[in-house]
Amino acid sequence: MIINHPLLGPRDAQEFVYLGDASLIDRPDAMAETALNDFHDYLYLRDNPAGSHQELWFHEQGDRSWLVVTRDTASHEITHVELAVDYAKRRGRDR
Amino acid sequence: MSENLLAPLTALGKTVPVIKKIGGITISENPDLAIVSLSARMGTEQDLQNLLKPLLGACLPGPGQAQFAEDITAIWVGVHQWFLMASLSDHPDYADEINNFVTDAASVTEQSDGWAVFDITGDNLVPLLERICNLNSKAMSSGDATRCLIEHLGCLIICRESVRNFTILGPRSSAASLHHTFVTAAHSVA
Repeated sequence: MIINHPLLGPRDAQEFVYLGDASLIDRPDAMAETALNDFHDYLYLRDNPAGSHQELWFHEQGDRSWLVVTRDTASHEITHVELAVDYAKRRGRDR
Repeated sequence: MSENLLAPLTALGKTVPVIKKIGGITISENPDLAIVSLSARMGTEQDLQNLLKPLLGACLPGPGQAQFAEDITAIWVGVHQWFLMASLSDHPDYADEINNFVTDAASVTEQSDGWAVFDITGDNLVPLLERICNLNSKAMSSGDATRCLIEHLGCLIICRESVRNFTILGPRSSAASLHHTFVTAAHSVA
C-alpha cells in the first residue's frame, strides 16, 4: 500500500504506523459535567464502516507527521490524505 | 573548550575512518560532522528563517530538501524541524554555538553522536540504492534529502549530486550493520 504524503509524495506504507479512527482527534473536555460519559463514548464507541473511513497514520520512519488518511475499508483505496494538524484546525482546534 | 584527553573512535570503532572501494563505488565513513537538530517553537518559524538566512545564504529548506552552504548544510527533517551539519573540527561545540545564535527562536539538540555518517560515491549509485531502500533514488537530484528505511533502520538520505553522490546518516549504534548492508549491496552491483 502506498500513502501519498501531502508533503513528501508517495511513500510506502511500511514507513507508517496506524493509530485508529480520526475521531480520536475530538478529545472531550475533561472538565465538563458529562466528562465520564463523554470519555466512555470517546474510548469505546467506534463506527466500523465497510467503505470510506478516516483514520490517523503516523509517518514514523519519515518526517514524524500525523496524517488523516481517508481509506475505503472494503477496497483499501486511499482517496484523500492530509496533515492531521490541518484537519484538527478545521475542526476548531488551535493546533 | 577544555583539552580533549580521550581518544575518540569513529562510528565503526576505529581510530581512522573506514574507506572501502568496491568496483567504482566508494563508501567512506565521515566522522568529522557536527550535527544539531533545530525545532522552531510555535509561531517563531519566520524569526528563525530571518536569523539563519545570513548563515545559509538562503531560506531553510522545505519538505524533502537540503540546503548546502559553504560550511553548513541544512536538512528538512520534519514540519518546522531541521538538521544543521558542519565540520566537527571547526565547530566542536556546535549545539552550544547554534543555541546561542538562535536563542528563543528554536530548540536545539546535539545529534552528532547519535548518527553514523557514510558518504557513498560512484558513477551510478541507483542500482545500489534500489537494493537497500524503497526511495525513488533515480528521481533524486542535488538538494533532495529525506528520511527512509534501510534494513528497518530509519536513515536520512541526502543527495549531493544526482545518481553519483549520496550521504546517508543512520543510527550510530547500528553503524556496523548499515556499513555491512552498503558493502554487500555494492559487491552485488559492482
